[in-house]
Amino acid sequence: MTAEAFPTVASAPTGFFRSHPFIALRAIIHREALRFLGQRGRLIAALVRPLVWLFVFAAGFRAALGLSITPPYQTYITYEIYIVPGLVGMILLFSGMQSSLSLVYDREMGSMRLLLTAPLPRWWLLFCRLLAGSLIAMLQAYAFLAIAALYGIRFPLLGYLAAAPAMAASAMMLGALGLLLSSFIRQLENFAGVMNFVIFPMFFLSSALYPLWKMAEASPRLRDLCALNPFTHAVELIRFALYAKGNLTSLAVTLAAFAVFGLIAVWGYDPARGLTARKA
Amino acid sequence: MSGLTVEDISHDWGARRALDGVSFTVERGRFCALLGPNGAGKSTLFGMLTRLFTPRTGRIAIAGHDMARAPRAALAGMGVVFQASTLDPDLTVRRNLLYFAALHGLSGREAEARAMAALERLGMAERAEEKAARLNGGHRRRMEIARALIHRPDVLLLDEPTVGLDAASRAAITQHVHDLAAGGLTVLWATHLVDEVRRQDRLVILHHGRVLADGEAGDIGGTDLTGRFLALTGDRP
Repeated sequence: MTAEAFPTVASAPTGFFRSHPFIALRAIIHREALRFLGQRGRLIAALVRPLVWLFVFAAGFRAALGLSITPPYQTYITYEIYIVPGLVGMILLFSGMQSSLSLVYDREMGSMRLLLTAPLPRWWLLFCRLLAGSLIAMLQAYAFLAIAALYGIRFPLLGYLAAAPAMAASAMMLGALGLLLSSFIRQLENFAGVMNFVIFPMFFLSSALYPLWKMAEASPRLRDLCALNPFTHAVELIRFALYAKGNLTSLAVTLAAFAVFGLIAVWGYDPARGLTARKA
Repeated sequence: MSGLTVEDISHDWGARRALDGVSFTVERGRFCALLGPNGAGKSTLFGMLTRLFTPRTGRIAIAGHDMARAPRAALAGMGVVFQASTLDPDLTVRRNLLYFAALHGLSGREAEARAMAALERLGMAERAEEKAARLNGGHRRRMEIARALIHRPDVLLLDEPTVGLDAASRAAITQHVHDLAAGGLTVLWATHLVDEVRRQDRLVILHHGRVLADGEAGDIGGTDLTGRFLALTGDRP
C-alpha cells in the first residue's frame, strides 16, 4: 500500500468539517442516501428476508428448539427473541454484500472510476464508501427492529441506543469484507459465488440461528468453527448491546476482522497492485 | 512547462505487451489526438494517466505534477471524460455536478455557482432538476465534459468521447472541445476515428502499444490522413 497523506493546500478552509476529505465524505454519504431513497424496492427487499425468518421460520421452530438461560438473557426466552439479533446481523451481512455487488457494478459501469480519480487518498475514498453503506445498513436494521417491536419483540430503550455502535462496528466489518470481495471479483457474474461461498457459510456457521452450546451438542468441531467466524461475534456484540451490555471478546474480534478486511481491501484497490492493475 | 508528459511507459497484461516505451508530450493549450485502432493500447494508457493503475516503468506528469510523486496534485490538475458514461442516472443533473464538485473539495455556494454556470454554458439550466437518465447521448456527453471542467483543471483527457453518438452530436462535441483547447486548455482526445482529427491538431498514432507517428496532423497525413493511418497501422486491404 502506498503511504498516502491528505493534501495540504494553503488556501484550503481550516478545520476538518470544512476540509476536502470531509466535503467528499458528506457527498458520498448523501449520494448513497439519495440512491437508497430513490430505490423504494431496496428497503422492502432488505426487510422481507429477515421478516420471513422471524414470522415463519422462528414461529415454526419455536417448539422444536428449547433455549436455556445463557448471557445476556436472564430468563427463558422464546426463539423469536433469540433470533432477532441474528436477523439484524443478517441485514448487515446482506447489505455489506449488496454494497460489494454495487461496487463491482459501479466499476463495470464506470462510476467507480470517477470516485477513484478524485484527488484524495484512495483509502479515504474507500472508507467513505464503506461508511455510507454502513449507515444505510443501520437504517434498514433499525426499520427491522421497529417492525419487530410492533410484533411484540421489544428490548430495553437503552438497548436500542447501545446497539447503534455495535451495529456500526458490525456493518463496517461486513462492509469491509464486501469491499475486499469486490476488489477481487472481476465480473458481476461471479457474484453468485459470493452467495454460495461467503454469505451462506457465514450466516449458518454462526450463532445467528442457534446458540453455540446447541451447536456443540451436534458437533464440537462445528461449534469451534462458528466461534472463529467473525459474523458470530458481530451477532453476539449486537445481542449483548440490545440488552445494554458489553461483550469485549466479540468487540475485539469484530474490530480486528474489520482491520484485516479493510487493509486487504485497500491493498486490493491499490493502483500498483490490486485488481485495477490487472484490469483496464 | 508542458501540459502533459508521457515518458517511456511500458505495460504488460500477462504475456501480452499492451504498451511498449510510449513517450510523447502535449504543449499547454494544444489539442492532441491520440489515434489508434481498437486494441492499440489507448485505454491502458488512459488507465495510467488517470491513476487507476500505475505504470511499472516510465513517468507521467500532468501540468508539471509528477503522477508518482504528487498523485493528488496531478489528479487535481486534470479533468477526465471516460469512454463509458459515469453519470449517475438516478440522480438529477444538478446533483451529478455537485457530487463531482465535492469529490474535488468544492461545496456550498461556490459549488452551486459553478454547477449552474456549467449548465448555463450548455443551455441546460432549465433541466437542472431532471434525472440524468432522461438526457440524450449528446447532452450527457456535453454535461460530462462540463462536469470534468468544474474544478478548472489545466488538462482535459477524453477517452473516445463520441462513441455511440449520432453524426451531428459527434461534430458538435468535437468542435466544442477544439474551442476549449483554443481557450488555453490542454486536451488529449483518444479516438479511432480519423475524421475527428484536424490538420492543425497535434497527433500521436498508437498501434500495438507503440507510437508510430508523433507530430502535427497535417505533416503526418498530408492530404490523406485516413490513407496514411491505414498504411501505418497495416490495416489497408
